[in-house]
Amino acid sequence: MLSRVAETVYWLSRYIERAENIARFIDVNYNLTLGEAEPLSKQWTPLLETTADQDEFAKRYDRPTRENVLQFLSFDDQNGNSMISCVARARENARTIREVISSVVWEQLNTFHLLVQAAGHVPETLEQPQQFCERVRLTSHLLVGAMDATMSHDEAWHFSRLGRMIERADKTSRLLDVQYYNLLPDGSGVGPSLDVVRWAALLRSASALESYRRLRGKIVPRRVAEFLMLDRKFPRAMHFAVMRARDSMRMITGSESDTYCYHSEQLLGRLCSNLDYAVIDDIIQDGLHQSIDQFQCQLNTIGQEIHEDFFSVDRLNAPPAPA
Amino acid sequence: MLLLPYEMEDGFDEMFAPDGRPRASGERFVRRLETLADGSLQQRQKSAELNLQNMGITFNVYSHQAGTEKVWPFDLLPRIIDADEWSTIARGLEQRIRALNLFVDDIYNDRKIIKDKAVPEALVGSSKTLRKQCVGLRPAEGVWCHISGVDLIRDADGQLYVLEDNLRCPSGVSYVLENRELMKRTFAHVFEGMSVEPIDEYPEQLLKTLLDCAPPGVSDPVAVLLTPGVHNSAYFEHSFLAQQMGIELVHGSDLVVKDGFVHMITTRGLQRVDVIYRRIDDDFLDPASFRADSCLGVKHLMDVFRAGRVSLANAPGTGVADDKAVYAYVPDIIRYYFGEDPILPNVPTFLCDDDKQREHVLSHLDQLVVKPTNESGGYGILMGPHASPNERAKCAEAIRKNPRDWIAQPMLNLSTVPTLVGDQLKPRHVDLRPFVLCGKEVFVMPGGLTRVALQEGSMVVNSSQGGGSKDTWVLRNGNATNSATTSNAEEASSC
Repeated sequence: MLSRVAETVYWLSRYIERAENIARFIDVNYNLTLGEAEPLSKQWTPLLETTADQDEFAKRYDRPTRENVLQFLSFDDQNGNSMISCVARARENARTIREVISSVVWEQLNTFHLLVQAAGHVPETLEQPQQFCERVRLTSHLLVGAMDATMSHDEAWHFSRLGRMIERADKTSRLLDVQYYNLLPDGSGVGPSLDVVRWAALLRSASALESYRRLRGKIVPRRVAEFLMLDRKFPRAMHFAVMRARDSMRMITGSESDTYCYHSEQLLGRLCSNLDYAVIDDIIQDGLHQSIDQFQCQLNTIGQEIHEDFFSVDRLNAPPAPA
Repeated sequence: MLLLPYEMEDGFDEMFAPDGRPRASGERFVRRLETLADGSLQQRQKSAELNLQNMGITFNVYSHQAGTEKVWPFDLLPRIIDADEWSTIARGLEQRIRALNLFVDDIYNDRKIIKDKAVPEALVGSSKTLRKQCVGLRPAEGVWCHISGVDLIRDADGQLYVLEDNLRCPSGVSYVLENRELMKRTFAHVFEGMSVEPIDEYPEQLLKTLLDCAPPGVSDPVAVLLTPGVHNSAYFEHSFLAQQMGIELVHGSDLVVKDGFVHMITTRGLQRVDVIYRRIDDDFLDPASFRADSCLGVKHLMDVFRAGRVSLANAPGTGVADDKAVYAYVPDIIRYYFGEDPILPNVPTFLCDDDKQREHVLSHLDQLVVKPTNESGGYGILMGPHASPNERAKCAEAIRKNPRDWIAQPMLNLSTVPTLVGDQLKPRHVDLRPFVLCGKEVFVMPGGLTRVALQEGSMVVNSSQGGGSKDTWVLRNGNATNSATTSNAEEASSC
């Protein structure tokens, strides 16, 4: 398929997944702060850390109040990673490849765009963000469902899933990284200060609470980390997302399993193997934060290499290196 | 529903004869309409408009910034053409396109028609759309104009005339196909049993035409559609046609010339392209051959084309036959190549480059329509009878300054078709753009795009200037059967 089309569909999915994750972050943070006696502004700073947009925020806002952070993450069209920007770019991407996506997907994207635009004009959205966040999540699900159910699972579809899974792995890792240390002020992971309500909120923001309960039972920080990081069956877990990304990559390249044709494929396979054999106790002992940081770096590199291997024009002078 | 009073203007109405009775071609349709319950037509019109929005059938308007996508108004009442008249039109179009292809090929090669003085050398030589880069070229199958959209109009005398040939990048065919879909969705009971020629074959025929004209020796040619991009006014059509034909929709930046061939940049490397249905103008096609500032085209594309390793549809250089001064010679061109009279007449045209004709034009500016020879889309036209003395004086000055750039034609009174305006049917002026494909064979799509001027009395049908469109029905022969009378009762009750 055309490189431009592959790139467009890949980013379309990344933008949608990004918008959905912002909605999730806002929702969990809002719920966590609800129980507080006073509106602590410092509790909205971690949200900016989660999306890694602190510098961008500091340029245009004076204090990380709830209103400012929510405005910045939801409806600030100068922030390229805000929900409104992500959805607008996803729609614009779709417009340039309408011959590739199904009309149902196109209509869903239109609806999504209109939903976010309309919400941006209503002040109540920021005062009570839960309902809006839920609608964003649901619309994103509808869109992914429409892609699954109405598009051929061909190369374009796999590029779309590759983008979505890479974005999701990154965002779940950020959520875990920031909240884990927030919820463990003394770093011990045990003790009387454990706030089950807030740990439950973290799981819920990844739609993971019910699955976690069924599989792991009681809330234990180590197990929560294990679940969000290493679970193979839960669709928002980092490991699951990377496995699916690897599957799609293989469908795109046609490589035999455990082999590779492209550099990005090699790196993705390696990252997935790391998770295949990882144990949570080792990770925590070596430092959860360091481990997640490394994971994010590797994902970034994979994203760049995907661009080099499939989208860029420069690669065309050299054929792909054989395995 | 009650169709009367339908107040006709003095021109020709396509549906009703001057005595107010339906013409033979429209009779069955009018009878059907009469069986509809009051308000039903309006309801269906609304439903059609809603459908258009949901289907996202839009065109872009350049003057607007945000929200540039507009829905093109659609009117539910079709234009109906009977089988006999259509067969004459189709023969006329085929004759014309074949002659024009021979003409373009001749102009860039042997120039026999000039040597034989059937067309003046100065006229062709001074055409701004003559492309020196195309001299000596022989496209595959000898076809230069693969796709044309010929504009036809009917004057008050009932005669159909060719107004323009549109041999470069004619657009509108996607609306023809979508209008028919819309008609079937919203007007099924009326449409049923009307014995209308289907048009669905077009994408298939277009693909066949493109592949037929691939460079010789290519066994399994790859065709693509080249678009200027999402901001072009016809982007919807580009996307639609690519999807219907199952070929890639490419931008200039998706294509590269390497090792003497054109390739598209794919996720698996380069893939050779053999035929390009290009929807960008000659000027922007190749910055190395035409405009150097073009970022829409493909560098060195013309070299590959000249080497016969890629086919372009339409070939560059066809605009020479679109020049409105050259247009005036098309009847002579047909006589020259075929030794027969044109089946479809031209609109009488005065060439301002000719001293005598120019004097006539200048002294009759208040009665004539003056057009620049090299514009399309209705730009730069002076409607003499409606113009102010000042506008006419300016126009006269422009003509005297550059006579070659102007032609003039009598003011024609375009025919009308009943159109739903509020609760009533009103006559509105229309033209017709049939689409003609020319590859190994000629294919004329039955009907074409009927554009309608929605403003009362207006003759301007352009989408950018308040025009809308209608479905166009070509009736099959032996249409007067009673195959559909059974659905009348059902129809009346369901409305």
